[in-house]
Amino acid sequence: MGAVRELKGALDLSRIRSDFPVLARRINNHPLAYLDNAASAQQPAAVIAAVADYARAHHANVHRGVHTLSQEATAMYEGARERVRRFINAASTAELVFVRGTTEAINLVAQSFGRPRLTAGDEIVVSLLEHHSNIVPWQLLCAQTGAQLKVVPIDRRGVVDFDAYLQLLGPRTRIVALAHVSNALGTVLPLAAFLRAARERGIATVVDGAQAVPHLAVDVQALGSDFYAFSAHKMYGPTGIGVLHAREAVLETMPPWQGGGDMILTVSFSGSTWNHLPHRFEAGTPNIGGAVGLGAAIDYLDGVGLARVAAHEHDLLDYATARLTTVPGLSLIGTAPDKTSLVSFAVEGIHPHDLGTVLDSKGVAVRTGHHCAMPVMEYFGVPATTRASFALYNTRDEIDALHAALLDAIRMLR
Amino acid sequence: MDLADLYRDLIVDHNRRPRNRGPLASANYRAEGNNPLCGDELHVFVDVDNNIIRELRFEGTGCAISTASASLMSEAVKGKSRAEVAALFDAVHRMLTGAAATTGPELGKLAALGGVREFPARVKCASLCWHTLNAALAGQATPVTTE
Repeated sequence: MGAVRELKGALDLSRIRSDFPVLARRINNHPLAYLDNAASAQQPAAVIAAVADYARAHHANVHRGVHTLSQEATAMYEGARERVRRFINAASTAELVFVRGTTEAINLVAQSFGRPRLTAGDEIVVSLLEHHSNIVPWQLLCAQTGAQLKVVPIDRRGVVDFDAYLQLLGPRTRIVALAHVSNALGTVLPLAAFLRAARERGIATVVDGAQAVPHLAVDVQALGSDFYAFSAHKMYGPTGIGVLHAREAVLETMPPWQGGGDMILTVSFSGSTWNHLPHRFEAGTPNIGGAVGLGAAIDYLDGVGLARVAAHEHDLLDYATARLTTVPGLSLIGTAPDKTSLVSFAVEGIHPHDLGTVLDSKGVAVRTGHHCAMPVMEYFGVPATTRASFALYNTRDEIDALHAALLDAIRMLR
Repeated sequence: MDLADLYRDLIVDHNRRPRNRGPLASANYRAEGNNPLCGDELHVFVDVDNNIIRELRFEGTGCAISTASASLMSEAVKGKSRAEVAALFDAVHRMLTGAAATTGPELGKLAALGGVREFPARVKCASLCWHTLNAALAGQATPVTTE
């Protein structure tokens, strides 16, 4: 199904690029330079084909038919779950719940794990650099239970303050929820140390891994997280499908969070019994095609090799950092020593949305705005930033195109 | 798509040197406009005397289109009656969102914003100040948004 293959040494960039049909597009008479991968990455032909093949030849509902198509669909859906297990080294597929994405996964944890456990005066710890999807579900939980949200500060580089974090872990802390990688700044957290400190104090840990899985190898057993969530569309898969990993011992203690078909063993008006893990948390007909696409995306990444992807992306990060710092009046926002391949920046005298429009006219796609991280914007004292985020198919030429377009914008607008 | 049509000289000039920016002590009407996705924030202060706009000043942060639009608006509405401002609002709205390009003589310098309708993502930037002015004149206390 996936384009599994062995590549020796560095990435074969032209081959990689030819795997992604959209990269052949021209935008406003320029070659597309797609530098908005942290928002959503593009899909290789292998993923598009796998989803289409499922719809064309194998579609039926899962887990409920004896007919051939239903068995094929079930095998493909569960096959994707097994690929996910290997991808993040989960102990078993019972620990892997398919969800719509990272946001839904965190809401599931807040409502099914947090809500029955937390009482007034309990505390939830997050960091200042979290995406809104790792803030708002906890605020909702706080409003429901009377718990309090505590925020770990960051420094001017965008590094989360570990000592302040340790200070915040108190006798009432029940949950720690942290991004593995910041979507707005690119900061990579030294997650193992953060999780160990929580574990030693008996505090449950939730990790937003959306920005981590496309860039670095994740081993949930080595990390020891209780919950780890990510989305397929950030790692070359389709939208509308993601994964919640939860340790089985934890998942066993949690009530279902949505009721319906597929999550029950028996239903009667005197009461219903819950299905086995992980199906207990997958009420209703799931996104089967999406799961198949996620499986194909994992195959694709396996074929290329994450280590090779990371090496290429770090080269792009170093190159982009060097190029952009020569742009007059440009300041980088997010300069942590350990970063994934994105640059967030402000250009003096030019609003990010004007930059975004000028860049788009040159075929360069970047993200402008608050990146769903308004507390980060507030901390750095900017209303919005421009963010260029790189993926395995990006090139130094595309960073040159970004650089040239920035100079055009300055000439035109400053 | 022609960038020069969006960032016409007059727009760039009003962004670089916004007219009527700052507080207005004599204001008897005021309103706030926010486009949080953009990070745009606008405060409009109006001095209305006998149904005539005597003065309009604005403060805030925004992109070139939103700043220039507010600056041009501040000049355009000065000395006009509420009814004339309402008619101007409609003309600007038609120019920004109409199916065909419509820039009549009543728009004056505001016609410089005629290129915005070719950039649908930027219409909200140009229209924020006008909706904020409407809210001010209507005595609306809650901030407006065009997102």
